[in-house]
Amino acid sequence: MKFGVVVFPGSNCDHDAYHVVSKHVGQPVDFIWHKETDLSGYDAVIIPGGFSYGDYLRAGALARFSPVMESVKRFAADGGFVFGICNGFQILCESGLLPGALRRNAGLHFICKHVNLKVENGNMPFTTEVEHDKVLSIPIAHAEGNYTCDDETYNSLEENGQIVFRYCDENGEITDDANPNGARSNIAGISNLDRNVLGMMPHPERACEELLGSTDGQAIFRSLTRAIELRQAA
Amino acid sequence: MKALVYVTLKPSVLDPQGKAIHHSVESLGYKNINDIRQGKFFEIALDPSVSEADARDAVERIAKDVLANPVIEDYRVEISQ
Repeated sequence: MKFGVVVFPGSNCDHDAYHVVSKHVGQPVDFIWHKETDLSGYDAVIIPGGFSYGDYLRAGALARFSPVMESVKRFAADGGFVFGICNGFQILCESGLLPGALRRNAGLHFICKHVNLKVENGNMPFTTEVEHDKVLSIPIAHAEGNYTCDDETYNSLEENGQIVFRYCDENGEITDDANPNGARSNIAGISNLDRNVLGMMPHPERACEELLGSTDGQAIFRSLTRAIELRQAA
Repeated sequence: MKALVYVTLKPSVLDPQGKAIHHSVESLGYKNINDIRQGKFFEIALDPSVSEADARDAVERIAKDVLANPVIEDYRVEISQ
């Protein structure tokens, strides 16, 4: 099993993701410079958080044109697991690998705090190891996390179980007060139809150590590892 | 030859930055301003050898593929000599 973490100019959570995969997942992991185009040999590719290309034009808009992204698209089309976190989620939306867009937070502020997340689909490759009904505490750190899409897209996300995480209160209730950024219907993370591409604004890689206040992110990485193991066993 | 590209949020998309600017303008005492929406403006210099039709064609594609995100934004292209 091998993980890759894509590094764009301006990525700044690449080392966090690398650290979590090597230390907590315990699997081999490489950095993949954005000019690379060969993704053969990888089982999962993480598009990390940060400010690729300085967020110029729109968050994630320019990273989409990096050479690696054409390969990421093919990798995803062939069933490879792609995990976009924060800026990675923005890049996946800009690339068309996930529907919708991430807009400036409704309150305009950069928000950096722990939020509560409800797992809306616990039966997909990134969530199977999350304890049933557990409310996850995972930090967000973004200015453009306000997920938006048209009604048609929203309905199809809902119908197909592609809404994976929603912001909720500590009891798991989806409320307006628990929505940090104005995201449509409290959406914090979505997948593609085939479930092998996940994008989420919260940072599970920053919630894998007691020292950092939460270890709830580990279950997401464990789920992904399990999905790869199952695939390899098949 | 120059191409001017205006990128604006679709009318259905809320614009919190425009709202904040609107509040600031109101606080300066300006009345009767109903709304402010923020957009982006691009000036693209084209080689003079390019025909106007080709320029428009290319810039329309650049606007659609790069400058605007069609999920949330509209764009308008003007060509000026």
